[in-house]
Amino acid sequence: MNELKQICKDALTEKKARFIIGYKEDKNKRVKPFIAKTPEDAEKLTFSHHAVNNLAVYLSRFKNNIDGKIGIVVKSCDLKAVTALIQENQIKRDDLFIIGVNCSGVVLDVAKEFNKDNTQIKCKYCQAKTPPYYDALAEESKEFEMPDDDQAELMAKIDKMTAEERLEFWNAEFEKCIKCYACRQVCPMCYCEKCIVEKSEPQWIDSSSTSRGNFSWNIIRAFHQAGRCIGCHECERACPMGIPLTLLTRKMGMVAFSEFGYRHGTSLTEPTLIGTYSTSDKEDFIK
Amino acid sequence: MEEKFEPKIAAFVCNWCTYTGADLAGTSRLKQEANARLIRVPCTGRIDPVFIIKAFENGADGVLISGCHPGDCHYNAGNFHARRRWILFKNLLDFIGIDSSRLYFSWVSASEGKKWVDIVDGVIDAVRIKGPFKQYKKMNKEIEIPVAVEEGVSVK
Repeated sequence: MNELKQICKDALTEKKARFIIGYKEDKNKRVKPFIAKTPEDAEKLTFSHHAVNNLAVYLSRFKNNIDGKIGIVVKSCDLKAVTALIQENQIKRDDLFIIGVNCSGVVLDVAKEFNKDNTQIKCKYCQAKTPPYYDALAEESKEFEMPDDDQAELMAKIDKMTAEERLEFWNAEFEKCIKCYACRQVCPMCYCEKCIVEKSEPQWIDSSSTSRGNFSWNIIRAFHQAGRCIGCHECERACPMGIPLTLLTRKMGMVAFSEFGYRHGTSLTEPTLIGTYSTSDKEDFIK
Repeated sequence: MEEKFEPKIAAFVCNWCTYTGADLAGTSRLKQEANARLIRVPCTGRIDPVFIIKAFENGADGVLISGCHPGDCHYNAGNFHARRRWILFKNLLDFIGIDSSRLYFSWVSASEGKKWVDIVDGVIDAVRIKGPFKQYKKMNKEIEIPVAVEEGVSVK
């Protein structure tokens, strides 16, 4: 912990970063995003199993209008979002001071302690506890035995269903949607200045929360994330209605990998999946 | 007497190849069924999957998308980009359980009037056998006039 504080303090004193986006613990012991602007602020920065937020979402809001570097505290999953934003030209690597943290899993329910049953889905299949690159690394690496990846099992179950059963499953899920767009607001990859759902001439997506509008919204959201989602599972965490949104985005990530061998947010230089093409893409479905 | 089901097909066609191909079919006096509504777009790369959703919402029973053969795109790579998107979109629809077999894709060049007629007729026949797109029709019905307005309840 002190290590993280020390790194941030030094970075702010030596002007390596203009400010640092990190986490602090509030008086109710909740870990929240916090922007440290002075070396004194850095004292408040912390990291724990309760640091669930993906802070990369703040980066896309800055675009390239920063005077100096932004410091950001990232877990390995959050770093994928940072990489993806760099890849999509939303921010420059040189404008960032990345403070990586060794993460051994984050909680699902922030009110409870971290343990085997209180782990986010993404942690269950997380491959890299240490961020692949960083400007400074904090926290000790701890090993935790992770429970089984039950989402993969559910996904396999859905794949085996008939089309009608699948539609019924999603109908029951999308029915809950209240169109609050929390999934969009919290997503680091949803950085359009004007979202398609807000375009009203013509109105592409029904803004009412009827099943028709909910289907359109969730299909289009998932499509806009296809091959772009980095799997931070923030949408599902933010969803007040508990819709398993990551099932869709994770599935699309798997399709992107099986069809094109592409994983977003893993390379700073590789062109994006949708931004490029190959003449040998399959076309057995085209007459 | 039961009314015979006539499917509605929304056909998104690229200006440079398929639209011209369909035009050739017309000028060559080739007979084709009249269930397809052609929507001319500059390029298949212009087709956002939201168009397809919108077509289903507006009562299409099937959607046909057609453009230039790979390598023949007027804008060089529009159809390559589009093809990539379709692969992802089809997989997404399948996973959600929306019948993606109502979605047809083809490459028809400006000189393939006959191929266009065959494809359109084929799609119309296939959709006619499938019947109306009930999944979406059900959803569309939901948002028809709310009961409160129908019964004359004033909304303040």
